[in-house]
Amino acid sequence: MPALFEPVDPGVAKELARKVIQLADRYKERTGITPAFMEVCGSHTMALARTGIKQILQGHVRLVSGPGCPVCVTDQKQIDAMIEVAESENRIVCTFGDMMRVPGSKRSLLSAKTDGRDVRIVYSPLDAVRIAEENPDKEVIFLGVGFETTVPVLAAAIQLAAKKNVGNFSMWATTKLVQPVLRELLTVKKVKINGFLLPGHVSIVLGEKAYRFLIDEFRMPGVISGFEPVEMLSAIYKLLEIITDNRPAIVNNYKSVVRPEGNQAAQKIMYEFFEPCDEAWRGMGVIPQSGLDVRGKYSRFNAKKKFNVEVGEPKKTLCRCGDMICGIASPEECILFGKACTPLHPIGPCMVSTEGSCAAHYAYMRKDG
Amino acid sequence: MERKVTLACGDGGELAHKLIQQVFVSAFQNQDASRFDSAFLSLESGKIAVTTDSFVVNPLFFPGGNIGKIAVAGTVNDLSVAGSIPLYLTAGFIIEEGFPLEDLRKIVRSLAEEASAAGVRIVAGDTKVVEKGGADGLYINTTGIGVQRAEHAIRPGEMQEGDDVIISGTVGDHGIAILAARGELGLMTDLQSDCTPLNHMIDKVLESGAHVRMMRDPTRGGVATTLVEIAEDFGAAIEISETALPIRNEVMGACDILGFDPLYLANEGKVILIVARNDRQRVLDVLRAFPEGRNAAVIGHITGMGEGRLLLETPLGSRRRLRRLSGMMLPRIC
Repeated sequence: MPALFEPVDPGVAKELARKVIQLADRYKERTGITPAFMEVCGSHTMALARTGIKQILQGHVRLVSGPGCPVCVTDQKQIDAMIEVAESENRIVCTFGDMMRVPGSKRSLLSAKTDGRDVRIVYSPLDAVRIAEENPDKEVIFLGVGFETTVPVLAAAIQLAAKKNVGNFSMWATTKLVQPVLRELLTVKKVKINGFLLPGHVSIVLGEKAYRFLIDEFRMPGVISGFEPVEMLSAIYKLLEIITDNRPAIVNNYKSVVRPEGNQAAQKIMYEFFEPCDEAWRGMGVIPQSGLDVRGKYSRFNAKKKFNVEVGEPKKTLCRCGDMICGIASPEECILFGKACTPLHPIGPCMVSTEGSCAAHYAYMRKDG
Repeated sequence: MERKVTLACGDGGELAHKLIQQVFVSAFQNQDASRFDSAFLSLESGKIAVTTDSFVVNPLFFPGGNIGKIAVAGTVNDLSVAGSIPLYLTAGFIIEEGFPLEDLRKIVRSLAEEASAAGVRIVAGDTKVVEKGGADGLYINTTGIGVQRAEHAIRPGEMQEGDDVIISGTVGDHGIAILAARGELGLMTDLQSDCTPLNHMIDKVLESGAHVRMMRDPTRGGVATTLVEIAEDFGAAIEISETALPIRNEVMGACDILGFDPLYLANEGKVILIVARNDRQRVLDVLRAFPEGRNAAVIGHITGMGEGRLLLETPLGSRRRLRRLSGMMLPRIC
């Protein structure tokens, strides 16, 4: 019996992979350079490894993971603060599953939960508002990490809490914006790549237009991609065509869901409840105006303002997650990888998150053990 | 009688007697065993198979079953996949004070019905009631007793290169059904748990004379973890194909949203069989004649003996190694 779930004819993907390799090899012959592309979406990192694309293209195309995994890019001090928030009585801390095992300097949310703290995994921040309504005698705090994909939903939660006047709900938001970090990678970090595999989900919100600066300022091409093998391979193929012709462009290869102007309703609600702020990124330090925080008008829902949380400077480890998210190091280059740092005993967030490059490498590409 | 289970129901006195008579004995209809402190069982000669399992599922009722059904299916299947014939079950209940009696009746009835359908008798039982907060509703432990097959036994020693890996149906149904039933992740689906005893189907496969080397039920840890264990235990290099895996669209969709891998989701009504290649069709025919085996498929084969490892062939034709589930699966952010 054939599989009940057949996304795309595997033959098409195989043929496409062959063409990608052909074009990449031709580029290398001509220029002496193995083409390198950076994916800036954690879901791409995972999907490229899971589907075997990364393995098949090894030696032909260098796929570099960038800062696309929400918990991986979160500054350690913020992680510590978010865990600290859960340590007081009479609080319910709600979060996305990925946050649970992220190691803080002292411990993780999961170990706080094991010790009896009320930490709950929700899939939508709106559930946290409902939990707050059901528990009026407790403070309910949602830990909101994420990129532009997630912020509109965080905004919707604040909108709902404001509308229903749920005073015991608040949000600890450390959200990140894609444009400033791409700029940082190209200017300050000077990453050596030939193009970006642009994030499908974020682009649904931002639209194609958000990446025009890559061409205007850096002549750096990018292709917006979906997540099926054929979609990712055809995006890589388009990138190869662009660099072969040396005509930098931003191409929308995910037209079924990404519009030129993006999702304007999502953008509107995002900026109604959030405002730009300076954000600290793991391994990169503070990037001006690279994040969003709850707007002053709604600061009664801002957990950072509501609770006085003090954490010390984070413990230094040998973890290279900071280099990983800038595409400077690959998982195998970290001396902790697969030895001291595994999914069961993670040292850094890249090993924890289902979108982290170390977790992807450990699950799908690890050589021994 | 009270509408809820009270602490006094577990103290061995009058109320406990009433609970046992009205809820358990009436459902199990097995009066002969209840007159002694132990049950006496008749067994044929040969080796006895024993297995025990505790069930702590949350929620207690889910689409496609409840904790009572799973407590039978889980233990019966463990006996059956080991190549034995399940005959008897014991059932121990740990109940939280205040548990609704009606729910208890439903669970016990379901346990009795499944046992009867599977052809096993419940021969001993126990009930304890713990204080409110001391347990999450209800836990069940079942111990299963069976006899090892004299004829048509499984022969793991004969496992060899070229053997086929067959799964009796779709992967991951139970895992996603339970997640959806918890209602925490905003998943809405009609998906049912696959939880069911498989012994009749497995009996027919073995009685067909097919050369079955090995069977396991891919419960917690899923198909991948189960196959890694087989590979390591028997030093077999196993390769499965992603495109050959029967997966329901609902399960694949939920996995896409949550960032789960269906190969690591729990199943409660599936069996993985390693069979001689020549017997592939015979086994598939037998399995597909049962509703619970309708979607049976060959998902891979043994590529060599020596080093135990599991490989997955992706739709692109590349191969990657699969390992045990590492830690628990947690839903992702976006």
